[in-house]
Formats: sequence, C-alpha cells, structure tokens
Amino acid sequence: MNTVWVLLIVISVLFSILNGRLDELTKSIFEGAKSAVEVSLFLLGIVCLWLGITRIIEDSGLIHRLSGFFRYFVKRLFQDIPPEHPAITSITLNFLANLFGLGNAATPLGIKAMQDLKTLHPDGETITFEMMVFIVVNTASIQLIPFTVIGILADYGSKNPSAIVLPTLLATFLSALLALGILFAVRRVLK
Amino acid sequence: MKTVSLISQLIIPLFILFTILYGCAKKVRVYDCFVSGAKGGVAVVIRIFPYLLAIFVAVKAFQSSGAFEFAQEMLQGMLEFFHVPIDVVSIALIKPLSGSASLGVFTNIVKTNGPDSMASLISAVIMGSAETTFYVLAVYLGAVGIKRTRYLVPVCVLADLVGIIIAISIVKLFFN
Repeated sequence: MNTVWVLLIVISVLFSILNGRLDELTKSIFEGAKSAVEVSLFLLGIVCLWLGITRIIEDSGLIHRLSGFFRYFVKRLFQDIPPEHPAITSITLNFLANLFGLGNAATPLGIKAMQDLKTLHPDGETITFEMMVFIVVNTASIQLIPFTVIGILADYGSKNPSAIVLPTLLATFLSALLALGILFAVRRVLK
Repeated sequence: MKTVSLISQLIIPLFILFTILYGCAKKVRVYDCFVSGAKGGVAVVIRIFPYLLAIFVAVKAFQSSGAFEFAQEMLQGMLEFFHVPIDVVSIALIKPLSGSASLGVFTNIVKTNGPDSMASLISAVIMGSAETTFYVLAVYLGAVGIKRTRYLVPVCVLADLVGIIIAISIVKLFFN
C-alpha cells in the first residue's frame, strides 16, 4: 500500500503541474479529506449495527449452526482456520452479503472477518495467507444481480436491461476464480 | 427478475428478525447483547479513519490531475486494434479507485452512447464484476493494523486487469 500511495501522490502532483491544474489539485485534496469523514460517519452507523447483530449470533449459539452449514466450502478455501472458529461464520456472512449485493452489510461483516482472522495471529503486523485469500475474493466482488447497473440501463431506455445479468455473472465468477488462481500460484512460486 | 429483487429486499429484514427470535428462544438478552456488540464498532471506525483519509486524498488528487486523460490516450491505439470502445478505458481505470465516481462515469457512458451500445454493455459488466479494490484494501487492512502486505497488492492489481479483459471478452462473445 505504501508504494501505491506514493505512486498516486507523485503522479498526481507531476501531472497537475504539467496540465496546469494545481488549483484543482489543491481543492481535490481537501475534498478527499471531506469525503473520508463522510464515508467514515456512514461506516460508523452500519459497522456498529452489524457488530451488534453478530454479537447476538455469537451469544445465542447461532454461530455454530451457521458455521456448520458452510464449513465445508470455507474450509476448502481457508485451510488454517480451526473448525469452530468465529472467522468461519463472519467470512461466510460476508460472502453471502456480497453475493446478494448487500454492500452495506458486506463491509462491516468483512471487517469482523478480518478481526476474527487476526485473532489467529494476534501479534503480527504482516498479513497472513488466509487474510489474502479473503481480501482477494472480496476485491473480485462476486455478485448475483447488479441491481444498480440494471436500474441505470433501464432508466435510459434499454430494450432488455437484464440481458447483462448472465454475462456479468460469468465475468464475476471467472475473474474471482482466476484471482484466486493467481494468488495460489504466486504463493507456490515464492515458496 | 421481480422475484430475485424481492428476495434481495427481504433478505436483510428476515435475517435480522430470525437472529433476534433465535436469540430470544435461547434466552439471550438480545437488546443488551446488541448494544454491547455495537459499542465495539466505534473503535473500529476510529481505527480505519486515517487509512480511509490517506486513500481518499490520493484518489481525489489523482482524478483531478489529468493523469486519467493521459492514460486514456495511451491505451486508445491498443483498444482500437481490438475493436473495443474507448469509453471502456475510463470505467476500467476508475472502478478500482472510487465507487461513486465510477457510477457517475457509467451513467455518462450510457447517456452518450445509448443503453444498448457496445460501450454501455461492456461498462455495465465491468461495473458488476469489478470492485473498488483500493477502498477494500484500505478498510480491511486498516481494521486490523496490517503493515506488511507481502504480495497482496500486486496480486489484486493483476486480478483487476485480468477481470477487465474477461469482462470485455465475455460481452464481445455474448453480443456479437
């Protein structure tokens, strides 16, 4: 992330000098700070909401049922998580929320999943392979129906807005599989 | 379509209802339990905030600098060779960086090219199959204070690139 950040800032400043856009650049830096506050406030609400709900799931023992249900699939992908660990449930819930396009639930549950994964290696500042698998699946965004996109196509008078459902589904699953493939391949090469 | 959208509307209310009823059945004090869980969220968001700030400032600066237009010109020749509409570049570049900006770019592409054009269809599939990678990275890594990410970031960027090529090929296959 360090490299990405440095690259973005250096490129931005160089280009805005070349293009004579220094004014816009300065303005956008403060705009960025402002939208970070807005997004954080929004996150504050939904993160607390879902952490409250997941606490009920944990305390009522529902967690064992849910994790039992999806254990097989999640265990194949994440081999180093012990069978009764809460990470299995939070990862499963995050995947389900992604699948149904529930972004407002997916992010808080994903944060919970990362924290649960962290409890397996509490001292490290280095990422674990399980965390990488989890993040790669999330950045590949597996989604069944892209409602927002269909809505916009329909608004502008598309003849058949849901024609993109099948191609999107294919694209999203293929790219998620390939992303995981790349991750596992890189691990094998570097070992 | 209607049933699917109904299911996705029902899923959150039903899930919350089920969780609360299950808790009651197991004699859990659900209200107190909810509040004590929610309390933990405040610390999480405070921990994430500086990471979000860093990434948002960088992305906004990048957008305003004109580097986008430059990248678009660079890629134009290659895309023409593969008969891919040029507008696709802007959506492919902005989607990993910003969710709200990519929605704006997408709406603009649909408006200028028409909803059934190749440019709109490819952009629609990219919108549905790619994620705002750097936002996800900032939030998830920030939440647990990870500093060394090993090979995660290059893998994510490569995966994004592959994902966009897949999206373009699939649309070409389906609608040609």
